[in-house]
Amino acid sequence: MEFFLISLLNGVSFGLLLFMLSSGLTLILSMLGVLNFAHASFYMLGAYLGYTLSNRFGFWAALVFAPLLVGALGALFERFCLRRVHKLGHVPELLVTFGLAYLIHEVVQLLWGRGAVDYRVPAGLDGALFNLYGMYFPAYRGFMMLVAVLMLLVIWLGLTRTRVGLVVQAALTHPHMVEALGHNVPRIFMWVFGGGAALAGLAGVIGGNAFVTEPGMAASVGSIIFVVIVVGGLGSLAGAFWASLLIGVLQTFAVAVDNSLLGLAQSLGLQLSAQTWGYAVWQLKLSQIAPILPYVLMVVMLAFRPAGLLGVRK
Amino acid sequence: MAARMRTLCWGGFGLLLIIAPLLFRSSLAHTVLSQMGIAIIACLSYNLLFGQGGMLSFGHAMFTGLGAYATIHALNAVGAGSLPIPVSLLPLVGGMVGLLSAALMGWLPTKTAGTTFAMITLGLGELVWAASLMFPGVFGGEAGIPGNRVTGARPFGISFGPQIQLYYLIAAYVLACTALLYLFTRTPLGRMLNAVRDNPERAAFVGYNPQVVRYIAFVVAGFFAGVAGGLAALNFEIVTTEVLSMERSGAYLLFVFLGGSAVFFGPVLGGVLMVLAFVWLSALSQAWLLYLGLLFIWMVMAAPGGLAGVLVQNMRAWTQGQWPRLKWSYLWLVLTVPPALAGVATLIEMLYHLQLNAEFDPVLTFARMPLDTSHAATWLGVSGFAVVALGLLAMAWRRFAAQWLQAQADMRLRSGDSL
Repeated sequence: MEFFLISLLNGVSFGLLLFMLSSGLTLILSMLGVLNFAHASFYMLGAYLGYTLSNRFGFWAALVFAPLLVGALGALFERFCLRRVHKLGHVPELLVTFGLAYLIHEVVQLLWGRGAVDYRVPAGLDGALFNLYGMYFPAYRGFMMLVAVLMLLVIWLGLTRTRVGLVVQAALTHPHMVEALGHNVPRIFMWVFGGGAALAGLAGVIGGNAFVTEPGMAASVGSIIFVVIVVGGLGSLAGAFWASLLIGVLQTFAVAVDNSLLGLAQSLGLQLSAQTWGYAVWQLKLSQIAPILPYVLMVVMLAFRPAGLLGVRK
Repeated sequence: MAARMRTLCWGGFGLLLIIAPLLFRSSLAHTVLSQMGIAIIACLSYNLLFGQGGMLSFGHAMFTGLGAYATIHALNAVGAGSLPIPVSLLPLVGGMVGLLSAALMGWLPTKTAGTTFAMITLGLGELVWAASLMFPGVFGGEAGIPGNRVTGARPFGISFGPQIQLYYLIAAYVLACTALLYLFTRTPLGRMLNAVRDNPERAAFVGYNPQVVRYIAFVVAGFFAGVAGGLAALNFEIVTTEVLSMERSGAYLLFVFLGGSAVFFGPVLGGVLMVLAFVWLSALSQAWLLYLGLLFIWMVMAAPGGLAGVLVQNMRAWTQGQWPRLKWSYLWLVLTVPPALAGVATLIEMLYHLQLNAEFDPVLTFARMPLDTSHAATWLGVSGFAVVALGLLAMAWRRFAAQWLQAQADMRLRSGDSL
């Protein structure tokens, strides 16, 4: 029971982190039509900047300024690179972000080295939040969840209750009309891109010390967030939310479970040995299969419900 | 005229394949040339999806990789005497496995092209790669699966032991695959693939299901990718899980684009560039990936047709007599590009030196020039030079871009093309 609850909480906190990334990605995708390949690279940049700034000025300053810096970089990239290839179509736009991911990967290695950096949880948040039947839930995980939920609320209120949010929503569906009403749509796009990058940066600042801050972190999370937005339904924020939670919980549980089909078969009274056909499959532990589960989920989803969880069927 | 030109091109290509190892005689050169041949087939098969079909795949390494694994296992079976196939035909085994796996996985992603296709192929590629790590029995884990290509029957005394014999096998495959892929683009199916790329809706109205057309192209590309993987397995005599990795898939995209995806022979240039970058550039500079990324972004923004596109456009400008007015802009570019490149490259190399080897020796020797990275004066001097050189280049580029657009407009006027 306690294992279940703690794993659930861990899974939800990882899922919320995934949502901080996938929300920006899906907003940028539905708005600009750009599949931002460098989104996870902004996440990595956020983690590294968070590390440097928190060494210099403390964690709380880093929590504010690192995302702002990453957002500014994102906005600049949109203004000077992405906007120039916009007229060429969506594939060149994707390619330019692909090139950016390459560049950020190299620049991060250049500035911070090729190994992992020692980015630690701040002292005030180190330790256990509460104790459940002898299992601790780290305070920092609780903090991550808090930040993610707060951010969710801010985005939701900002998009639905403010004037700027309404203009952004309108530009999503009727860019020409919004332009005719006198709004600068390219600039809105720039802000959305920068905002998405800032969200990814924020996720990096709070995720970098919970997990590992290393040059491979962008690649490891990058393909997962693509899976999230495909599973959730392209362009659907709510879908991305549920898919993030689903994949976060699924992976956290799978990593923690050491059972295999072999064990299941044995408990059912079947005798399997190394000579049995497909023994390599039978003896795989669930924790070993964990890395492929999101992708399997994606394939299953595409086969049976191509529009995704909450996507609109075209 | 066009037919004669075509014969000339193909004859030249074949001749080049035959005499290349005679021009570059060292064993290193033969290895590099073999790798180029393999990369050419892989890039051409990638471009069947990307350039011909508008499908931006991030999972092409699945097919080259699975083809390589199939071939190495078949090779070991030949060595054990349980498979009576000559070694020269083993890449076809890889091709068949590439074809089958593409047939198995192709239906889901080919529903759409563009960005959704990119995401799904990325997911499938990651799936195959992660799964390969789970089965060390089949994929050999980190150590990989080794093989020995000198085995089985030896027709005419050809054992494929010496690299030169393997090179000519690869060259034969390159010529055959290039010709087949070229012929594919000339078939009604190949034309339909272009139509589906440009306007899937209209293609559907004419009576062709875009998904079916894309799917067939996907399977065909899977076959040729598998052949390339099989040749790579024979060439290196070892296959590791790295061949299935995302980096490999990304490299195909990057170099096919750099070579030029809109022209049939663009990926040939891309394959050559790929091997040159991996073998030569990576040995020359630690910052090679940074240069590659910068070049790629610049290419996407300024020359989306890739290297082949640049060549073709310049040939057209030449034949239509636009060169006299472009020659001064070109001269300016030729004069300003080298110093700008040198300035930027020096800065990048100094940065890398500072990060990686400054503890041992702060002095970087770049292009025979000793540069002390611990002095502010060096940094100021080099950055000043780079800024001035870049400024001059920007001016020359602006002038060139304006004249180039003018020349393009004139050529369009002359050919009566309204667009």
